[in-house]
Amino acid sequence: MSIEKSVAGIPREELLGLLHKMALIRRFELKAAEMYARGRIKGFLHLYPGQEATGVGLISRLRDDDYIYSHYREHGHALARGLEPKAVMAELFGKVTGVSHGLGGSMHLFDHSRRFMGGYAIVGGQLPLACGTALAIQQLGTDNVTVAIFGDGAVNEGSFHESLNLAAIWRLPVLFVCENNLYGMGTHVSRVTATHDIYRRAEVYGMRSEQVDGMDVLEVRDHVDQALRRIRKHEGPAFIEAMTYRYRGHSMADPEFYREKSEVERWRRQDPINRFKDVLLRADFEEEELEAIDERVDAEVEDAVRFAEQSRFPPIETLTQHVYAPSAADLLETAEAPEPVQAEKREESPDREAGEKASASEHEAA
Amino acid sequence: MAELAIRDALRDAIREQMVIDERVIVMGEDVGAYGGSYGVTKGLLDEFGPERIRDTPISELAFVGAGIGAAIGGLRPIIEIMTINFSFLALDQIINNASKIHYMFGGQVPVPVIIRMASGAGLSLGAQHSHSLEGWFAHIPGLKVVCPSTAGDAKGLLRTAFEDNNPIIFIENTALYGVKGEVPEGDYRVPFGEVRIAREGSDATVIGYSGSVPQALGAADRLAEEDIEAEVLDLRTLQPLDTHGVVESVRKTHRAVVVEHDWRSGGFGAELAARIQELAFDDLDAPVARVAGVEVPMPYSFELEKAALPSEAQVVDAVRAMF
Repeated sequence: MSIEKSVAGIPREELLGLLHKMALIRRFELKAAEMYARGRIKGFLHLYPGQEATGVGLISRLRDDDYIYSHYREHGHALARGLEPKAVMAELFGKVTGVSHGLGGSMHLFDHSRRFMGGYAIVGGQLPLACGTALAIQQLGTDNVTVAIFGDGAVNEGSFHESLNLAAIWRLPVLFVCENNLYGMGTHVSRVTATHDIYRRAEVYGMRSEQVDGMDVLEVRDHVDQALRRIRKHEGPAFIEAMTYRYRGHSMADPEFYREKSEVERWRRQDPINRFKDVLLRADFEEEELEAIDERVDAEVEDAVRFAEQSRFPPIETLTQHVYAPSAADLLETAEAPEPVQAEKREESPDREAGEKASASEHEAA
Repeated sequence: MAELAIRDALRDAIREQMVIDERVIVMGEDVGAYGGSYGVTKGLLDEFGPERIRDTPISELAFVGAGIGAAIGGLRPIIEIMTINFSFLALDQIINNASKIHYMFGGQVPVPVIIRMASGAGLSLGAQHSHSLEGWFAHIPGLKVVCPSTAGDAKGLLRTAFEDNNPIIFIENTALYGVKGEVPEGDYRVPFGEVRIAREGSDATVIGYSGSVPQALGAADRLAEEDIEAEVLDLRTLQPLDTHGVVESVRKTHRAVVVEHDWRSGGFGAELAARIQELAFDDLDAPVARVAGVEVPMPYSFELEKAALPSEAQVVDAVRAMF
């Protein structure tokens, strides 16, 4: 794609927004690594640098009422979706101000208000959930979409095949996005995957599928856009394989015996952020504008760390608080029979949010 | 009061709920055109159509996970897993997702899904179709485990499950589907975490759940002929567990026998025995006894299968030995 063509028709602020998100993720992740080394963050920490164009390009095209299910390398997706860097960092620190109130950690970021439906740490385990939420969308008759993000490692799990089949037979509004970063932990995809072009596996389930350059934010954005448009028109699920690469190890514990430094360097030469900056400069953006973004994300990440440091850990008294959700059944003695509930239909009410709020407040009331 | 078989009582509860709540859907293998492997969903496809009564592929992992995802997305799904034996294929979804999502995401979203499954042995179904693993699910925080043994409880407990915002593992016993019992008319519910005193007695407490309740009652009849009055408790739900109700009875009778079709080691009976001795040690006149399955994969051959399951006679002997 030529530069002119690639940026044509995209508003300036939106282009800068894409760069901002990618730069924020890069900076955030490097800071997270530093905080891990300093013992502020514990457990597993899976970082996203190298893959920013995939997550940002994808999520930039989603509507507020679309759902995202992700995997355990999901900090980038969360930030791209607009979760506050402060609250994401606080979650990594295990603080009560974190997006999952400190109960989830790095692998389990969640924000219901942004329909960021969680990072899942069992490979492929989020795919059936995404299908189910898409089924709810279909049943409620709205035109929003569920996105399932997973890695190349997930495609040899039964859940992958079962989910693609289910989505295809029921024509569910799901966009499957495989972030193929070439390694499942330390094992190269070619050693363990019978079909090297993963996107072709989706074709056999009868869905539209394509492979894109996951290091090019505009290409990802463009293909996602087209796929979403078709899904919203009830044409059934679609599949995108984004070819990408992670610069860092699988997790902070990874000594990286399985790959050559030269391979990493080769991928770094097509770094998604630098590539996009080049595109913008050639499209008449000013150096200063781009530098301002770097300064802005530095400040945001510093703020995030300060916020996380200053926040409290969850009080011990809350240890068992959320094992069970409150229910009408808990008040059985005094409760009256519940009001009949009508499922919301789009033709009756285009305001999906109102329905959500009603159902949320019902839970509260319960 | 109507006299209904358990399968019919369950179907009535589902139908009534589907009429008043459009968010309720039923998903599972052969729940539609076939009418359900055990006939629970028979006729529902005609009444509610294929969008709400969904036949699934044989993909337990996917359709159980999809039920969880649909609950998160605002539906109130009822998932039927044909038998508990097939639930093993979906354990990742049940344990890693359903039971944990509310907690690990800080209480932001409830998971109101009902996962029904048939359990139990005694029908010559062989080693892979005869598990009684209710206790497995009761081990997992975040799940509620319901296992009725009568038609009235089946309907009343299912109706309570509809009002619960948590994942419910609703276990039905294959041998009891056709057993008839009284089902109250109208709007009634059976609360979770409350034992049913299936027979009152003063000399020993015999505790059962699901398929072992009829045996406990049979044993009590035989003991009565010897002037031993056994009190029979049906736990009805393993999680939440009515520890108080169990202990109250044991304080009265001073003797306790737990009867279960599950294997003994690490079974739910061990948990009950532990709780009773923790809370009522001084009230006991004898150690808590367990009558459980023999620890073998279930054999097919009829007499062997019978020998592998607890019998009424064993329950009678266990109680007698306490005097």
